[in-house]
Amino acid sequence: MTMENSSPQRSRVSPSALMVLFMMLVLSLAALLYGVWIIDSYPDLAYIILLFGFLGTAMAAYTLVQMRRRLSKLKIVISPVTTTIECKKCGFKNVREFQRGDYIFKAVEPCQKCNDKMLITAVYREVKEKEKASFPY
Amino acid sequence: MMVMLREVEGSLHKLKYIKEEGRKTAVETVKEIGKPQADPAARIDRFLEYFTIGPQGLDPAGIVWKLEHILDVRDTRFKDEVKLMAPSADETQANNLENTLEAAMALNYIYKIIRHFYLLGKKTYSLYVVMQIQMILPMVMKEAEAYASALKAFAFGQPIGDGAGALVAAKLMQGHETRKIAKDCVVATVPFEGRTAFVIKAEGPGGNVGKPGDAIKEVIEENNGNVATVVMIDAALKLEGEELGEVAEGVGAAIGGPGVDQYKIEESLVKYHIPINAVIIKEDVGDAVSPLRKEIFDSVENVIERVKQVVLERTKEGDKVIIAGIGNTIGIGQ
Repeated sequence: MTMENSSPQRSRVSPSALMVLFMMLVLSLAALLYGVWIIDSYPDLAYIILLFGFLGTAMAAYTLVQMRRRLSKLKIVISPVTTTIECKKCGFKNVREFQRGDYIFKAVEPCQKCNDKMLITAVYREVKEKEKASFPY
Repeated sequence: MMVMLREVEGSLHKLKYIKEEGRKTAVETVKEIGKPQADPAARIDRFLEYFTIGPQGLDPAGIVWKLEHILDVRDTRFKDEVKLMAPSADETQANNLENTLEAAMALNYIYKIIRHFYLLGKKTYSLYVVMQIQMILPMVMKEAEAYASALKAFAFGQPIGDGAGALVAAKLMQGHETRKIAKDCVVATVPFEGRTAFVIKAEGPGGNVGKPGDAIKEVIEENNGNVATVVMIDAALKLEGEELGEVAEGVGAAIGGPGVDQYKIEESLVKYHIPINAVIIKEDVGDAVSPLRKEIFDSVENVIERVKQVVLERTKEGDKVIIAGIGNTIGIGQ
């Protein structure tokens, strides 16, 4: 399954909503620029335009960030699984990414060092946990 | 009520996405492994809607055998369906496919239940209908996410957390001859700390839990009840705050599922007055069905030490003991 690679956006965000948001963002940025441009000649009008520009930019940016957050919540990330292959005779160890067909105690290709048979001795995933806050109980 | 409905709606979107990904994975895996001539999507969709009706419990006498019969019929039906969907799959792949489809089925069911309560709450404007689903939502979502990661493990044949018990048994029987016993189970006779240990596990590496109840019963009968102790090893749900992979020891039949195997084991033990010990490896529901975590893998050596300790303290030299590793043996050979 490739949940981490797939794009759930297709099913969740309508293109028209995205377009409206981007238009709002562009118009607000244009209002900000125009406000700055006319601030010397028409200061009263410029402040009103700047206010609308700020509000519009903030609202559009906030909505886009929220949308992104909601979409990222949909993803399920699974850490990669590794396979450890060991030679029982010489102790040679090889760790590689899991491949379909691997299983624990499967005899695989002969050892590169002593040519004895090698076994898959471990298949697991390592999860990097976030640092936990200290908990006294 | 609107806030609760919004919350349930958000989770429902996520469940729908997970369910659809599950279905997609199942279809892709069947196509890849089974190489069917026709498109398996329609058959898979039908499979996802399968149900099992439990036995009537008004007269509970003999209910275990009725339940076992229904579960056997279900199992046979699933295996037949998988064979039809994926004619090129070998036995191991067919077992893995069956597990994949069962995980997709569970996701489909969870999605439908949550959708049912959400729509019912909206229709009836009943706070209590919405509230009961909103209250259990975090646990339901956790389970759904666990099944979503299980799909990948089953599709690729990777060992899962539930297989910790089977992994312990596999390590103990490594290098010794195994023979088939009961349905989908193997046993190896292993010299163990001066005792003779009959090590039992489900037959791997395909996704399989076997029938350990029948296997333990058969070994006890083969030895005319002359077994000093039974040690069962299984993964168990941990409580919040407990460490992943923590090992604990106790008494009783450490086995989950619908209860048929536990009943059979207890019956055989009572018949011959055989003591039963249990060693468990703690993990949460997500870890139990997702690819095996390093912490659980590392705890296997601790479990073996605990089993040695139990056997040394509870039996005499020359005794016969049964060591049963319980759990889904997907990705674990013997």
